[in-house]
Amino acid sequence: MSTVTYVFGIVSALLVLFLVLDLLRKRRVRERHALAWIVAGVVALVVAVFPGVLTAAAELLHVDVPTNLGFFVTLVVLFLVSVQHSAELTVLEEKSRTLAEHVALQDERLRRLEGRDGAPPRHHDDARPGSGDAR
Amino acid sequence: MPAYNEEAVVGDVVREVLDKLPGVHVLVVNDGSADRTVERAREAGAAVLDLPFNLGVGGAMRAGFKYAKDAGHRYVVQVDSDGQHDPAGVPALLETLRDHDVAIGARFAGEGSYEARGPRRWAMAVLATVVSRIAGTRLTDTTSGFRGAGPRAVDIFARHYPAEYLGDTVESLVLAARAGCRIAQVPVSMRVRAGGVPSHAPVKAAVYLGRACIALVIALWRPPLALSPEPTPTA
Repeated sequence: MSTVTYVFGIVSALLVLFLVLDLLRKRRVRERHALAWIVAGVVALVVAVFPGVLTAAAELLHVDVPTNLGFFVTLVVLFLVSVQHSAELTVLEEKSRTLAEHVALQDERLRRLEGRDGAPPRHHDDARPGSGDAR
Repeated sequence: MPAYNEEAVVGDVVREVLDKLPGVHVLVVNDGSADRTVERAREAGAAVLDLPFNLGVGGAMRAGFKYAKDAGHRYVVQVDSDGQHDPAGVPALLETLRDHDVAIGARFAGEGSYEARGPRRWAMAVLATVVSRIAGTRLTDTTSGFRGAGPRAVDIFARHYPAEYLGDTVESLVLAARAGCRIAQVPVSMRVRAGGVPSHAPVKAAVYLGRACIALVIALWRPPLALSPEPTPTA
């Protein structure tokens, strides 16, 4: 491995870490979402600084070509993160669905109550809180 | 009555229902329409739930069931807002709901103009067969959007009406059946759809069947829901 690739690997890992930490600092990414990326970045940095770690791990697992182990681990990380995103997306969809229902139900109720009084509540003189709704 | 961009017909449909079925409460759930569906429905005398964005038929139905439950309505009948369901069939559905939890208005064989052909037809036949077995009763028209729900089903649908693709038709039946609801089919006549001819393209039909099967498998795989004990049909 030439010095250029060595430095290139380290710089890339540092860039990833910097990007994620910066987003975290600006509150653009929540910590629980950034965690996977931080771990991946740190692992990438360690491997970039000490390529021997990857070689040793590959030998331990009887993987002939160490870079293949690197690709495999990368794929697993990316896969897990996107599955997690799919799951969270589903949760968010369900939440926005529930909110949409609530907005519609409240709207309808508000309309009904306003209509019953015959005038918008703004012009309602004896509007005590909790007095109008006798349901 | 779920409605999506139905300003042309929804007013007439609501008026017809109120006219033919005195004493009912009509709710139109506007599923994020871009047109004047809400105004037309209100003018005609319906209560309107105005969803801020499109949730699909399943989403609109759950909102509607929630409304019904909050308002204390025990029986809910779903009618399409495009006028293809004849409100004259509603009393028959309600009659069936006396001793069942879900009543499906199925098209008469031969009557009405809705005729699926080719792959789509057997897609629907496969669905009907499988859902019939799950429900323990013979159902020929599982994708019908003309159906009634009794108190126990209203309760379960208000919480769990599925929003997925085909969830409004097939999965909701599977869900109800597995929760222990009694399902029955009622023959009703249907009219010509105002617009929107169903597609007969084989590729689309295959995709439809595939997605329907996936939806079925997933629906069966999910843990069954428990019926809440309190509201029991007393009729």
